[in-house]
Amino acid sequence: MSLAYFLKRLAMLVPLILVISFIAFCLVRVAPGGPFDKERAPASPDIERNLKAKYHLDDPLWKQYLRFIGVGFEGGLIRGDFGPSLKYRNHSVNDIMAQGLPVSLLLGLVSFGFSLGVGIPLGIWTALQRGRWQDHLGSFISILAVCIPAFVLGPILIVILGIKWPIFPVGLWGGPWHVILPAVTLGTYFAGKVARLTREGMSQAMQQDFITTARAKGVSEKSIVFRHALREGILPVVTYSGPLLADLMVGSFVVENLFQIPGIGVFLVNSSINRDYTMVVGLVILYSVLLLTLNLVVDVIYGVLDKRVSYG
Amino acid sequence: MAEVISNNTQSLELGESLNRRAWLRFRENLPAMVASVFLISLIMIAICWPFVSGLGNQHSDAQFNAPSAQYWFGTDVHGRDLFGRVLAGARISLLVGLVGALVSLVIGVFWGATAGLLGGRWDNWMMRTVDVLYSLPSIIFVIVIITTLEGLIQGWIESVFGGDGSETARHILLYAGLGAVSWLTMARIVRGQVLALREQQFVEASRSLGLGTWSILWRHILPNVFGVVIVYLTLTLPAVVLYESFLSYLGLGIQPPQASLGSLIAEGAAQINPVRIYWWMILFPAGGLAALLMALNFIGDGLRDVFDPKSTNER
Repeated sequence: MSLAYFLKRLAMLVPLILVISFIAFCLVRVAPGGPFDKERAPASPDIERNLKAKYHLDDPLWKQYLRFIGVGFEGGLIRGDFGPSLKYRNHSVNDIMAQGLPVSLLLGLVSFGFSLGVGIPLGIWTALQRGRWQDHLGSFISILAVCIPAFVLGPILIVILGIKWPIFPVGLWGGPWHVILPAVTLGTYFAGKVARLTREGMSQAMQQDFITTARAKGVSEKSIVFRHALREGILPVVTYSGPLLADLMVGSFVVENLFQIPGIGVFLVNSSINRDYTMVVGLVILYSVLLLTLNLVVDVIYGVLDKRVSYG
Repeated sequence: MAEVISNNTQSLELGESLNRRAWLRFRENLPAMVASVFLISLIMIAICWPFVSGLGNQHSDAQFNAPSAQYWFGTDVHGRDLFGRVLAGARISLLVGLVGALVSLVIGVFWGATAGLLGGRWDNWMMRTVDVLYSLPSIIFVIVIITTLEGLIQGWIESVFGGDGSETARHILLYAGLGAVSWLTMARIVRGQVLALREQQFVEASRSLGLGTWSILWRHILPNVFGVVIVYLTLTLPAVVLYESFLSYLGLGIQPPQASLGSLIAEGAAQINPVRIYWWMILFPAGGLAALLMALNFIGDGLRDVFDPKSTNER
């Protein structure tokens, strides 16, 4: 990948994020109800007016958006400031993200590692045993994994490995022991998907002419599989890593909810129900930035692995 | 086609139509056939069960009963028969999956065919949009859309049709939202097919006869992408069912007293406690969802092998 193309893609992120922030901003505002509707005591009109004035919700919409972006105002998105949360008083959206994001990222990373670490070997193995019973067994396991989403596997694992035989903690977030069940819960689905993709990629790669050539030259079978075929067979997995990361984030809502993990996934659903405007927009932007960047990284890796691909 | 020809010439009667050959190949695929039989029986039972069963969907005192001869799958927190609930859930999940997949089909085919047919700058922009949407956390937008627009749609339905619109509003938002996040692959595949087709001579011929772009699309191109579209529709179905149960699990999908497999699993998971384990409340809905997804996946894979043998694209 040429440097110019990379920089162009990087520069494209800025207008994209602006468009996304605008759509998200408008979407939460057209919704009926406001952030102060569900206060414990019914707020008097005066209090509500004061609250609205404090958070500038009585300004015209365009002015609020400019304030959010930070054009002509202090702070704002362009200075990396998402503003105050409307529901969690005295906390800025940045604070909440700073607390939850590391937890969610760690969970996502471990699950990602788990799904690749299990899926790729399983895929290679089934591809090499193609047509035999090992292949059928492996393929069945991987399709079974694809059909058991996190919110099905999670409760079952909790009941068996958390309550019946209390090997693992059933929830919360502490030492490395707490990471295992959530990560397995989240990663199993993707391990199955990765295994299926690896199997298809590897079976195709193994039929290529360059493999026959390598065989004819007397290259060892191990070297053929891992140094020649894998390089091409892994490409479908690399392509899929972008959507995989997106789905990992989605799955993390459920897993964080299930295991009571203090990540940021829990906030998205609650905040959009509570009409916590700044929080929702902030989270949408955060997720989009994360994903767009990761997708760019995936494309770079793809270009390195497959020299035939030219971007531009 | 084959029938028309065979009326005229006896010798051609032995020839097989493409569809028949596809069916013969599909029939040899054992998992796909088993899955089809399972799915068809499931649908039949799910539709007929409310008329056959004496248990109904009534609340009763038989709370948290373990599976027995009377309650095959046990009972839930309100003493309802879980077997009937799971079937009702499967019915709703399949319905939402089907409608959602059809919405994605309409958007995807329209988008992909238009891009492929117009070509040039339009094609470039439309497919770039698809690329960008691929890399966005689209389900997050669905969550935001469902939570924010629900009140608006509900109010609109109530003002136009009267009555309680909350259930209808949820269904409409689910169909639209799930369809709106699932059309990307369809658009890519249809565009690829259209790009290949529009260079064919019969399209060239109709163009030279003065047929407009839309007529060419409607009369000549769409019928030819039909097979591939059906294959990807079947592959989209399990994805939509999965998303629906995910949203229902979060409480954003189907609302009680209606049930979907996702909301049933959520009800079961809510009853997890260290004192007593109501295992049937998780195991049976979860098993139902897994079996349904597996059947759909096997059928989709089988159809893909038959109609689209070259493809390895799984996205």
